[in-house]
Amino acid sequence: MGPNKVNITLTRRRFIKSVIFSAAAASSGAGWYMASAASNPAGGVERLVSINVNGRVRRVDVLPQETLAHTLRYKLGLTGTKVACNRGECGACTVLIDDVNYYSCSTLTHNVKDRAVLTVEGLRAEDGTLHAVQAAFIQELSPACGFCTSGQVMSAVALLKANPKPTRQQAREAMSGNLCRCGAYDHYLNGVMRASGQLS
Amino acid sequence: MPSNDNMPEMSLYQPVQVEDAISLAGTLAERGWLVGGGQDTYGWIKDRAKRPEALIDLNGIESMRGIRETADGIEIGALVTLTELANNALVKERYSLLSSAAGRVASPQIRNIGTLGGNVAQDVRCWYYRRGLNCYRAGGNLCYADTPEGQNREHALFGASRCVAVSPSDTAPALVALEAQMVIRNASGERVVAAEDFFIGPDVDIRHTTVLRTGDVLTAVRIPAKWANAEFYFEKVADRNVWDFALVSISAAMKVTNGTIEESRMVAGAVECTPRRLTSVEQAIQGRARNQETADAVASLASQGAKPLNYNHFKMPLMDNLVKRALTV
Repeated sequence: MGPNKVNITLTRRRFIKSVIFSAAAASSGAGWYMASAASNPAGGVERLVSINVNGRVRRVDVLPQETLAHTLRYKLGLTGTKVACNRGECGACTVLIDDVNYYSCSTLTHNVKDRAVLTVEGLRAEDGTLHAVQAAFIQELSPACGFCTSGQVMSAVALLKANPKPTRQQAREAMSGNLCRCGAYDHYLNGVMRASGQLS
Repeated sequence: MPSNDNMPEMSLYQPVQVEDAISLAGTLAERGWLVGGGQDTYGWIKDRAKRPEALIDLNGIESMRGIRETADGIEIGALVTLTELANNALVKERYSLLSSAAGRVASPQIRNIGTLGGNVAQDVRCWYYRRGLNCYRAGGNLCYADTPEGQNREHALFGASRCVAVSPSDTAPALVALEAQMVIRNASGERVVAAEDFFIGPDVDIRHTTVLRTGDVLTAVRIPAKWANAEFYFEKVADRNVWDFALVSISAAMKVTNGTIEESRMVAGAVECTPRRLTSVEQAIQGRARNQETADAVASLASQGAKPLNYNHFKMPLMDNLVKRALTV
């Protein structure tokens, strides 16, 4: 075996080593590039949005995954909207969007851009007069502990906007998406009937 | 530990064209999640039981909204809400089975945002699975519900294969009864699948309850004129009248001429992973009157072949009695 032969072997080994190294570098680089490109398809939502809450247009920095209840309570300071179950199973967070009642814990804020959000804070008239539903709930002593009340008020307001003179059964169905742990359902129904002018 | 009151970080896309939604769904693949009303979605995500990296919000796609009359029946956009469906004059007049079913889903607020597409595509409600346990359906190798101590009162009587969860949808059995056609689009075009073939059991694919796959978007549901203005019966039995999923539901469509049932479709919900057609009942009532005598004669066929678990035997007489009610009310 001459020195020439050894030399060739070494060269080949060095060559193979360098090929393996550069291939590994190339593939890991390509993998990194593909991962970063794949995780960011263009067209995600803009975080700074305008939302119309209680008649006022507010500019808010909204995370893509943010729920309306979160934006209202923690970004706009509107804590009248309560969060209890946070899973769309209790109704405490009910707000109106374009006059229809929704669970704000289960609505993305990015879905209410260009729509009118109404919370319990927006019901009172400029001069402080309470909304008919609020006044009727006070007169009928509808709330017991009061935690579900703002949600109950909003569902009642939504009902009366769509159907100003509901029957008690219709009211019962319309209010059925709001739980009351104190069990004051009939007191709330009395309030709805009073607000609609059918109870005096 | 994450705060389950907050949604974890993710991206959000709001395409306004179906094509863009399909392309996003294809690009994001397993990391993306299509959202309609989101009422099934947000619970999964808040509980950290499923973690998509991006939501593809379909709500901006106008072509997926609205209820249209077609040459053969009606076409309902997949984004039509359950409230719209329950109150739509055309649906109420011709297919009251579907409007009744839609009106019994969850609660008013959920119906105001929940869509028909989402109601049929929603995942099963087995609490072991929803809790994020690594069961068969989640890719693991055991079932927590079908064990001696497993709480399986709400689970399946039929068609269990490793997984014993049931179809939770109220509208799905109504759509099967009405012989609806599901319109699905993806990058390679459009395909139309009969509602009966749209839902699949765990024996076919344990990870999916429908034929929808990554990159597919359910865009519309077509209801043929065949069953328009037939005699219908819908009833859902649940522990609570609001929010709850069905323990058993019945969707019945019958064509009655001169007092006899010419043809019928009887479909039970929440007894199997798919809506369950009660073909033996359908055959038995053909040519008979819709009355108490027929009901008494055929009702027990409904639960025939059931394989109850430890705690759901009650669903068998419940099914039979719902068939009786469908034939006598």
